Amino acid sequence: MSKKLLEIENITVRFGGVIAVNKVNFSLEKGELVGFIGPNGAGKTTLMKAITGMVEPQEGKILLNGQLLNDKPIHERINLGLSLAQQIVSPLNSFNCLDNVALACGKNKTKNIFKSLFINETAEEEKKAKELLEIVGLGDVWNEYPETLPLGYLKRLEVARALALDPLLLLLDEPLAGLNQKEASALGDLIVKLNEKGQTILLIEHNLKEVIRICKKIYVQDNGRSLAYGEALEVMKNEDVKRAYLGTNKDA
Amino acid sequence: MDYEITLLTTMSISILFALALNFVTGLCGQISLGHAAFLGAGAYTSAMMTKASYPFLLTLPFAALTSGILGFFIGLCSLRVRHDFLAITTMGVGFLFVGVVRQQDFLGGEVGISGIPSPGFSRFGFLIFCLFLASLFAFFSLRIKKSWMGKVFESISDDEDVTRSLGINVSHYKIFAFVIGTSVAGIAGALYAHHLRFIGPDSFGFVESVSVLAMVIIGGVGSVWAVSITAAFLSVLPMVFQFVDDYKLLFYSALLFFMMRFSPEGLYGLVEKIKKNRKIKLAKDNKNEQKAS
Repeated sequence: MSKKLLEIENITVRFGGVIAVNKVNFSLEKGELVGFIGPNGAGKTTLMKAITGMVEPQEGKILLNGQLLNDKPIHERINLGLSLAQQIVSPLNSFNCLDNVALACGKNKTKNIFKSLFINETAEEEKKAKELLEIVGLGDVWNEYPETLPLGYLKRLEVARALALDPLLLLLDEPLAGLNQKEASALGDLIVKLNEKGQTILLIEHNLKEVIRICKKIYVQDNGRSLAYGEALEVMKNEDVKRAYLGTNKDA
Repeated sequence: MDYEITLLTTMSISILFALALNFVTGLCGQISLGHAAFLGAGAYTSAMMTKASYPFLLTLPFAALTSGILGFFIGLCSLRVRHDFLAITTMGVGFLFVGVVRQQDFLGGEVGISGIPSPGFSRFGFLIFCLFLASLFAFFSLRIKKSWMGKVFESISDDEDVTRSLGINVSHYKIFAFVIGTSVAGIAGALYAHHLRFIGPDSFGFVESVSVLAMVIIGGVGSVWAVSITAAFLSVLPMVFQFVDDYKLLFYSALLFFMMRFSPEGLYGLVEKIKKNRKIKLAKDNKNEQKAS
């Protein structure tokens, strides 16, 4: 039986005449932590959005745990085991940190509209939410509202909320962007810790130093095409990857 | 005494109607600028049925059903258009309703329907019935706010896309909010028709939609108590002061303008803000005292 959790086969996404993702093939096994890198405009976020269903690919297949995700709306993909911490933090501002996470913890209660009408009980979800906030280091600000918190805290809140969905695959879209070195390093350590506990993670990131530090495997994309995939240090030695990031003498 | 009973009945129907809009706009964050159309759909359904000798109580579920079906289709629209576009769409539905009703002879056309039979209660009995329905829906709304559904509504109101990314089927919740909010408006319409015993297309025009929106916004979107109190107050104002009745649209629009300018969260939000500031001030004072000692 295949251990593959995510399989992306020949995915193409076009926006008018622009090909953002071009016949990309990629797979991820259970328990892996894979860094997904590429220069600006490489189509990383587009591919991530194709996985979550925010963007519809024109060609190809996306499978999660053997189940075809194409044509499924976002909420169904989430319920099949995906979760996403977005690049631009989007907390629910009328909820405090605890309620932001508790709402995600109550996935089974909110899945069915009529069930949600008759259930008030929140103790179990609040307990789990508090634990998750402790894990991401927000235990002391659980009752604060997102508006009052700095970006570093909100990035961690985003991760806690994504974890609250008990995902099979956690997609992190540039969680370290906008953070200072100390904050980025702390969040990087947290990502490693989560992976060590068995969480499969696909991490899109621009902070190469952190990606190489925390990810054993790296997938590189450039101009919408797959460029390299393999052991982190090996991939970074790849000439195509160097050229994509740094250009070449010939280019100069 | 009759005058007071009429006043209180009008008040109760307005509360029910405002709470119906509050369910859609306040709880679920979906703006409706044509809610009077649903009041009208219920009113016409019920009036036509009682005129055809059906008992008043039997007409209530049909009034709710007619408005609810209309609401279901508007709910479907809300899946495709959001925010100001939804406001324009619902406003269009309001105008469309009045336009269509005006042209239908069997609905009385421009003249409307008069001589609507009595609901079969005494005036006081009818007041109690209206009050009962308004209270029942107020408690239902409060119940919803406390449930997981209430949390989802608040989340949709905050950010639909984020709610979707939490595995929640936003479409189902939005349609549910529209169906409930419009069905109840239909029931309020049935009560309205049998309270006044006369209805015409102008009773359900844009002015009525703006008036009920003013009740919800001024009270404070989402707050059941604040909306009920504001609806009670604003509904009797035109009956007490003639100039308010003469300049209804101007008066409600001005109130809406000032509320949006100075306290977009409504009176409820204003009270909450004052409470919050007081708490922060108290906490600061306590800290200063501790430092001093």
